[in-house]
Amino acid sequence: MLLSFSNVTKTFTNGVKALDRASFAIERGEFLSLVGPSGCGKSTALRLIAGLTEPMGGEITWAGPKPAIGFVFQDAALMPWASVEKNVRLPLELSRADDAIVHSRAAEALELVGLSAFAKSYPRELSGGMRMRVSIARGLAAQASVLLMDEPFAALDELTRERLNDELRALWVTQKLTIIFVTHSIYESVYLSSRVVVLSARPGRVIADHSMPEPLARDLNFRTSELYGERCRALRSALHGGGQ
Amino acid sequence: MSAERTLAYALPTLVALAVLGAWEWTVWALEVSKFVLPAPSEILTAAIGEWRSLAESAWVTVRITVQAFVLALVIGVALAIVFAQSRMIERALFPYAVTLQVTPIVAIAPLILIWVGLDNAERAVLILATIVAFFPILANTTLGLRSADRQLHELFDLYGASRWQRLVRLQLPAALPYLLAGMKIAGGLALIGTVVAEFAAGSGTSTGLAWRIVEAGNRLQIAKVFAALALLSLIGIAIFGFLTAFERFFLQKWHESASNKE
Repeated sequence: MLLSFSNVTKTFTNGVKALDRASFAIERGEFLSLVGPSGCGKSTALRLIAGLTEPMGGEITWAGPKPAIGFVFQDAALMPWASVEKNVRLPLELSRADDAIVHSRAAEALELVGLSAFAKSYPRELSGGMRMRVSIARGLAAQASVLLMDEPFAALDELTRERLNDELRALWVTQKLTIIFVTHSIYESVYLSSRVVVLSARPGRVIADHSMPEPLARDLNFRTSELYGERCRALRSALHGGGQ
Repeated sequence: MSAERTLAYALPTLVALAVLGAWEWTVWALEVSKFVLPAPSEILTAAIGEWRSLAESAWVTVRITVQAFVLALVIGVALAIVFAQSRMIERALFPYAVTLQVTPIVAIAPLILIWVGLDNAERAVLILATIVAFFPILANTTLGLRSADRQLHELFDLYGASRWQRLVRLQLPAALPYLLAGMKIAGGLALIGTVVAEFAAGSGTSTGLAWRIVEAGNRLQIAKVFAALALLSLIGIAIFGFLTAFERFFLQKWHESASNKE
């Protein structure tokens, strides 16, 4: 186990209850998707994991020391005034790493997402998909073993989105990452994940927990397979069941 | 240079030539008194003849304007950074910055003059021009420091950034476009403030262009008044042009406002 949510409740200062006694555990090396309707507290769960906000009730417990975390936001959230490489170096520089380490790790991270040639470019010169890759590289730069992603591909076109899905799967395998992925797309979650947790409409509670480790290879064949269709149907009915 | 750019320079030049030509012709044809409206040629003659005194005065005005601008920049940015650190401080002080801004400068001028002493008219002019120029820098920078992306702020939280790192790496760069826009306004205001304050000071120890205008007006040297006015306009245009180029230089790589693309 990597971390566990037990009866986690979160209410915002405006009185909106985002999460209501949500409990689930995350295993090391999982590709876990959090799926649910808009405003069900998926993003809040990510921010709780990152430590950007505190729960009002319940506990979030890490098994062992808290690992290095990378966070990828929905709209890339790059610094427009800084070049691609400077954006990727940010986490390392904020944690005051050595110059040599900063440069080599940032270069490695850019290499991983295939953007070494664009190190000197500025964010506005890049396409939406490339900006998202920079954001992923930044997330990985500080040697993060846990990657938190908040609807990262929601704003991208279908083709770019599918390509980035495949690239992300590959990174997950080669870098042995734990990925916690928030999406409102059932299809995306089934394609990517080894496990999908479904949250109910606000206040979010866990209403379904589907493990789907097989097959390891996710490609066009998988997208058109019976298994894929079945899983999508199962998640869809879980989602609808929870809304009643 | 593209055709469009050539046109952008050629059209205003043509308008200027047409207006000056019509002006010259009207003055000669209607025999307008040179004490009312001198012809452009007379103004040029006056500008050349009085070159020394005009240039000396222009230098005084430019020097005070630049000093006031730099002071306004330093005070405005410093105060904005203080405001950005604490809402309490901003709430406590901002109303006074506004009060200083909305009080007509001509009305405070006599007070300032008395405080710094009538022998130090130039210092009074500098203080008054700074008061006029600093507000747009303060207001814009305060807004800019708060305008950094919320998600980037969370990223800085996630990596445990210090207050200093956040200021230097996030808030100041995010504020830069706002600051540069404020500087363009402040540049013009510094000149206006200097001239207005010179008028208000109006004593023999202040020797800027405004004083030349008052002096020439009293002596009915209307052509010299116009020459001094033209010089003031040129200084204003030069300040604006310089600050615009400055802004482009800093923003062209990353900001939409300085983009060449349509």
